[in-house]
Amino acid sequence: MKTEKKIKQTTVQVNGQEHITGAEALLQCLIEEGVDTIFGYPGGAIMPVYDALLNYEGKLRHILTRHEQGAAHAAQAYSMTTDKPGICFATSGPGATNLVTGIANAFLDSVPVVFITAQVTSGLIGTDAFQETDIIGVSMPVTKWNCQVKKPQDIPDTIAKAFYIAKSGRPGPVLIDITKDAQLEKLHFKYKKCDYIRSYNPLIPLHIKAIESAAIMINHAERPLILAGHGVLLSRAEKELKTFAEKTGIPVASTLLGLSAFPSDHRLFTGMLGMHGNYGPNLLTNEADLIIAVGMRFDDRVTGNLKKYAKKATIIHIEIDEAEINKNVQVDVEINNDAKEVLKYLIPLVKENSFEQWIREFRICDKTEYEKVIKPETKPEKGEIRMGEVVRLVSELTKGDAIIVTDVGQNQMFAARYYKFTQPNSLVTSGGMGTMGFGLPAAVGAKIGSPDKPVIAFLGDGGFQMTIQELGTILHYNIPVKIIILNNSFLGMVRQWQDMFFKKRYASTELINPDFVMIANGFSIPAKRVSKREELKDSLIEMLAAKGPYLLDITVEKEGNVFPMVEPGSSVSEVRLTY
Amino acid sequence: MKQEFTISLFTEDHIGILGQITIILTRRQINIDSFTASESAVKGVYLLTIVVKTTSEMIQKVARQMEKLVDVLKVFVHTSDQIIYQEIALFKVTTNALMSGNIIDNIVRAHHARILEVSPEYIVIEKTGHKAEISELLTQLEPYGVLQFAKSGRVAITKQVKELNSYLKEMDEANRYKPETIEVIN
Repeated sequence: MKTEKKIKQTTVQVNGQEHITGAEALLQCLIEEGVDTIFGYPGGAIMPVYDALLNYEGKLRHILTRHEQGAAHAAQAYSMTTDKPGICFATSGPGATNLVTGIANAFLDSVPVVFITAQVTSGLIGTDAFQETDIIGVSMPVTKWNCQVKKPQDIPDTIAKAFYIAKSGRPGPVLIDITKDAQLEKLHFKYKKCDYIRSYNPLIPLHIKAIESAAIMINHAERPLILAGHGVLLSRAEKELKTFAEKTGIPVASTLLGLSAFPSDHRLFTGMLGMHGNYGPNLLTNEADLIIAVGMRFDDRVTGNLKKYAKKATIIHIEIDEAEINKNVQVDVEINNDAKEVLKYLIPLVKENSFEQWIREFRICDKTEYEKVIKPETKPEKGEIRMGEVVRLVSELTKGDAIIVTDVGQNQMFAARYYKFTQPNSLVTSGGMGTMGFGLPAAVGAKIGSPDKPVIAFLGDGGFQMTIQELGTILHYNIPVKIIILNNSFLGMVRQWQDMFFKKRYASTELINPDFVMIANGFSIPAKRVSKREELKDSLIEMLAAKGPYLLDITVEKEGNVFPMVEPGSSVSEVRLTY
Repeated sequence: MKQEFTISLFTEDHIGILGQITIILTRRQINIDSFTASESAVKGVYLLTIVVKTTSEMIQKVARQMEKLVDVLKVFVHTSDQIIYQEIALFKVTTNALMSGNIIDNIVRAHHARILEVSPEYIVIEKTGHKAEISELLTQLEPYGVLQFAKSGRVAITKQVKELNSYLKEMDEANRYKPETIEVIN
């Protein structure tokens, strides 16, 4: 009875600086920050916030996913396609711990997401109360910042700080844990956006001298190569990168998360770096005399064996996060600044140039890769349908204008390799974490963030089943995402490794799958199974033309492998085209 | 090659900061040899003095990761020659040992230690110095029965002339820096 009465009081609408409850203050803060969409899942401790949400109908849209992990991934994908931070709610205990994979995923891929978790009443903290988890302790290593709020009057400033930290510098997830009593009690509400924290310097004045010496090196290089990472997209430096590359004539290679920062069909684009990247940029990294790394962190999947990485090159590293500089690769010029600002300053300092001979070397590699790998993968004439051919067709049919969401594994590598990205932020994928199950909920978030763009999810049959319940979210809100299952009845990437490195001993990688078409239909989602090449193109056209959501279960070659490949422990120059 | 480093880390008073810092060391398999926390000369700013053994490349990496933490103000890494440092140790010895001649008294004098308390059952000796000096005193007292021994972590003052306040001022200026033009790309 007591609780009921209290909650009733909270629903009284009040204006301006009046007394409002902590729960309402939280929602008011979100509105002040320009939020209109929240992904989440209710539960005991967060009930006051959900109750208050009813008073904000029309202002704050809440998307109820079918699992907290789904909410976290959806919020991340929403942010990746909108430039706004994602917002995610979960209750205490299991609600909060279910977020952890999603938080870690956003952390490794530098995506701003504000996670709000509820905590048990402050008096109960530390007593192992029902649904109590120390989410501050649990999320500490995977958040950019986290904080627990036990008093309602601390809510506005903490939320303001959370948004500032999540969005600025190298973005990342933050988590605010609010006790139930802080949600219920009242405060004088006053909101001021945060733009200053003494101990936190996200905007570092330009390192002019370093940029000037970089310019000299660029002007004297003979075989320079630009490595573009996610930082280009995060700092919205796509235009500057294009201008810089075009003026200097330097070829551009991209990391997985950097894809779509530079048009895939640009004459200076050489492809993707890394384990399953393109032949040219991998092989020729070790021939370059100058590497200009922009907003990337030399991940092991990109560098291969560090002892044999880019030994002929002088390395310029443009990176906003100082801790990433000299972490994996010792660099010659460190420019610890925002990519966009550096490029803007750098462009007038570099001379117009062209490297036709050097670029020709990439094109020779392209030709070899096309004949040995790309052509048989994307334009096969016989045998089972291949993943690469599905991606190529989708790329052609959508003219590179869709938002591509992937799961993790072979489906992801094929999508990244064969889709021709033309628009910035048009690839949503789990890079650093490699989280299977990311794809379906991410597609939900991407579509909600960008309703006017076609959103196509490439999923494997394994990853799809990790978060398959999000079909419920798609049904609930009629979210018109197009789901393509590249179904080989295997955990394909693991099977490929077993094939190559474990003597074909297929331990727990073959899957007995349910009927995905029936499952989709159970969620009122139109679906079709395709296994014949003759039907493939028409089925894709039908899927793309569908108004609502659609699922296409495509039976593909069971034991297809992704190539090229830089095997673990190998140098990028040892990239293999075949097995 | 591994060597000893003293990290002087200045931080805001944010709950959980110790956890965040130790996580960084734990991930890199670096043991903490000594750890001391206290308020610094700047009110509200806390100083953590952490002694670790690692390589000079690794210390730079972890220092940058520590400085990246939102609530950490500044991280300095020093080798032993760049700091003045001390540790404090307390020894509890039976009073019998003291009464059976002036050996204990001589040891205390020779080590520039001092007797803090004398009771009928025990005496407490205090020694301030470097780790090796304290160990040496412990070795000498042991034959006479050391009932308890406790030693603090390292506290250190840097020899550098530039003080935290001027760093804070610089950081403040940097923090207020905004790029001249922010162009919105659609």
